[in-house]
Amino acid sequence: MGGPADTEFSRAYEIRGRDFANAGRASTHIKDLLKGMGVRPEIVRRVAIASYEAEMNVVMYAARGRLTLRMTPAAVAIEVDDEGPGIPDIELAMQEGYSTATHEMREMGFGAGMGLPNIKRNSDEFTISSVVGRGTQLRIGVHVG
Amino acid sequence: MAAEAAVQTVDRPQTASDDGLTLSDVRDLLEGEFCWVSDPSLRVKEIGAADLMSDVLALSRPGMLLLTGLNNAQAVRTAAIADLAGIVFVRGKRPSEEVLALAREKGIPVMTTAFTMFQAAGRLYVAMRGG
Repeated sequence: MGGPADTEFSRAYEIRGRDFANAGRASTHIKDLLKGMGVRPEIVRRVAIASYEAEMNVVMYAARGRLTLRMTPAAVAIEVDDEGPGIPDIELAMQEGYSTATHEMREMGFGAGMGLPNIKRNSDEFTISSVVGRGTQLRIGVHVG
Repeated sequence: MAAEAAVQTVDRPQTASDDGLTLSDVRDLLEGEFCWVSDPSLRVKEIGAADLMSDVLALSRPGMLLLTGLNNAQAVRTAAIADLAGIVFVRGKRPSEEVLALAREKGIPVMTTAFTMFQAAGRLYVAMRGG
C-alpha cells in the first residue's frame, strides 16, 4: 500500500456514533464508486465488506469517526479513525466470538465478535492501534493487481 | 379451495437441482409475496439463512439469497455490500417504508413469507436438492 503521496483518489466520510439509520451508507457509497471506476468485482466486494464492518464498529462503539477511502496504483485502502472508548486488549478483540456488544447492537445484526476478524480476512494489509479513552485507528489495504 | 391452489403452486420446478430456483419459484414454495422485485425470473443457486449480518458478510458468496428475520436497513445494506440476489423476510415480517425504499434504491429484491426460518429453509433445501 503506497503512502498518501501515491494517492490517486481519496474521499472521506464522517461517521456518527449511534446513527444506525445511516450505518453502512459510506461503505455502500464506496462500493458504488469503486464499481464505477472499473475495479474488479471481487476486489470491490472485499473492500466493501471490510469497510462496512469497520463503519459498523464506529457506529456501535464510538462517538464519531472518519472513514477515508484512498486509491493508490497498487491498492484500495480504507482508513478509519474514531473518537471512542478504544480497545484495551486488541489481541482479545481479534478473536472470533469475543464481543462487548450490547443487546441493541445485536438487534442490528452485528456485535457477535465477528467484525474485526471479518475485516482482517478481507484485507491484504491490516493494522490496528488503539488508545483506551481516546479512540481506535484502523488501516486496511486490498491489493488491486 | 385456497389451500388446494396453494398446494399446486409448491410443485417442485423440474430443473431446480441444476439451475437453482427463480425468485418466483421461491415465492411460490414459501407461499409468500414480493414486497419489491425487478425481475422475478432471476435465478438463485445458493440460499442461506442468518440473522447475524456479520455471518452473512463472512460466509456468503455473491448471488446468494438470504433468509432472515432481521427486517431493518442493515439487512438490505448487507445484501447490497455482499452482492446478494435478494432477501426473504421470515415469520411474516415486513420491511418498513424506509427499508423498502432502500431496497429499491439498491436494487435488492425483497419478499416476505409467514413460515419460520426453519420451515422456509427446509422447503427451499428440498427444492434445491431436487428432492
